[in-house]
Amino acid sequence: MKIVVTVKQVPDPNSTLSLEADNTISREKEVVLDPGDECGVEEGLQLKEAHGGEVVLVSMGPERAKDAIRKGLSMGADRAVLITDPALAGADALTTAKVLAAAIKQEQPDLVICATESYDGSTGMVPPMLAELLGFPQLTFAKKVEVDGSTIKVHRQTPDGYQIVEAATPALVSVTAAIAEPRYASLKGIMAARSKEIKQVALSDLGVEKGETAETIEGVTDAESRKAGEVIQDDGTAVDRIVQVLASAKVL
Amino acid sequence: MASVLVYAELYGGKVAGTTLELLTKARDLGDVYAVALGSGAKAAAAILGKHGAKVVHVNEDAAFDDYIAEPATDAIASLYEQQKPDLILFGFTPDSREVAGRLAARLGVGLISNANDIAAKDGGFVARVPYFGGAKVASMKANATPAIVLVRPKSFEASESGGAAEVKDLTVTVKADSKRAHIADRVVEASEKVKLEDARVVISGGRGMGGPQNFPLLEDLASALGGAVGASRAVVDAGWVPYSMQVGQTGKSVRPGVYIAVGISGAMQHTVGMKTSKVIIAINKDAEAPIMKMADLGVVGDALKILPALTAAVKAKKNG
Repeated sequence: MKIVVTVKQVPDPNSTLSLEADNTISREKEVVLDPGDECGVEEGLQLKEAHGGEVVLVSMGPERAKDAIRKGLSMGADRAVLITDPALAGADALTTAKVLAAAIKQEQPDLVICATESYDGSTGMVPPMLAELLGFPQLTFAKKVEVDGSTIKVHRQTPDGYQIVEAATPALVSVTAAIAEPRYASLKGIMAARSKEIKQVALSDLGVEKGETAETIEGVTDAESRKAGEVIQDDGTAVDRIVQVLASAKVL
Repeated sequence: MASVLVYAELYGGKVAGTTLELLTKARDLGDVYAVALGSGAKAAAAILGKHGAKVVHVNEDAAFDDYIAEPATDAIASLYEQQKPDLILFGFTPDSREVAGRLAARLGVGLISNANDIAAKDGGFVARVPYFGGAKVASMKANATPAIVLVRPKSFEASESGGAAEVKDLTVTVKADSKRAHIADRVVEASEKVKLEDARVVISGGRGMGGPQNFPLLEDLASALGGAVGASRAVVDAGWVPYSMQVGQTGKSVRPGVYIAVGISGAMQHTVGMKTSKVIIAINKDAEAPIMKMADLGVVGDALKILPALTAAVKAKKNG
């Protein structure tokens, strides 16, 4: 089966985020393959190992995003497509979805795998938009995926358990981090990744119009911050102090 | 006068709390109407009306219960063509996100997501969206018509305006093509526990808990206090606990009377989901952890020792 996995390069969640002068999150420092996408790549690889086929990574980003893509190729993905164009800087979710859809349509996959949301944008809206633009059903918040011929079946996480959701391929699945533990790239995999194709595509190659952004930022303010209260060392009395606070908060 | 359409999220016939919060806010923004789909939609009109909806468009086709997103998208797109609301409001919840995303792409308009406030301004709408872990708030003017905005649960307090809604049948043919992602079964795993979003005490665990094997210590304390257990994104991503327990920017927003953060550093990603709790208690080995700067009481110590002692003390006080 042909599987497309959407991937994104994001500021490293384990590093300290900082802001640029224009109040946008800095992308100049440490950047990595989004940890959610690592799970998506892993799931794609496991499905390929079970059912045969190909895993293609599709990403929209600056040229630098190739580093993040190489991580996915080192894990075992077969090849990649990077849509990169200065006109796409600061693209909103809908533009992102339009661009990804145009590139993915050229691949004609059986299955598209996305992370539920990214670490930096966090609107979580690209997967359903992408599904609509591709004309695919969406099976989201998947913590487990099974393929049976041309039927996809997922366990969709809900607040109190899960739903079993089924659809015929082609389909889009968004996965949570529970889906699979991402493998470490082997040295062999890292070496092999060097010669795997990353096809670079510009906006004009896709016939997509950028369109108006969804929002105009009128201003940025600091959120109200809480002041620090008391900080105590646990010398054996901490439990009593906590109980006092719980009692005065009327929960005890 | 602007018109605002609120998407009523129904689950087993019950209206989600976030829908009532949206209706309450929508009353400040224009004429309010709602769309309710699936079983129980007609009966839901009563509570939607009490919270400000002047009209509720309903359709009880089973397709809305049995298939993900596409039938609802068809219905709302059709309603949009008839009524042309200026603003469409959704809760930022897993089920509503599905529909909002498809609808935005269907109508060819962008959307604003993850907002915690919205106001009418100069004939349009401005949403406030926290980012950078919640430390910054961006004011975003919606450029498109209709404006589509998703609002975080618990951004507003629901209140009744005491009205009654006119119920209108929404005639929509759900295409066979839209009945694709089929919900074949529903499995309930945790029915007894207090819901995280509604709990008046939330105890959350992070990496400092050391491993999933220690989470029962949090559950014991939650039981003793009648509360719920949450988690940081780090431990959810590590697979220690399910996504439904995640509190934070991309998890749940909670606003309990007391929030106890155990072994959680207080990274921005997490704090945006709990910083409006009335009282915050942090237990952490590290006195310099960011969470200590926002807690009302920060305890520097070993969580694995403190938790069982605290649970015992709570039980003693309750029984004493």
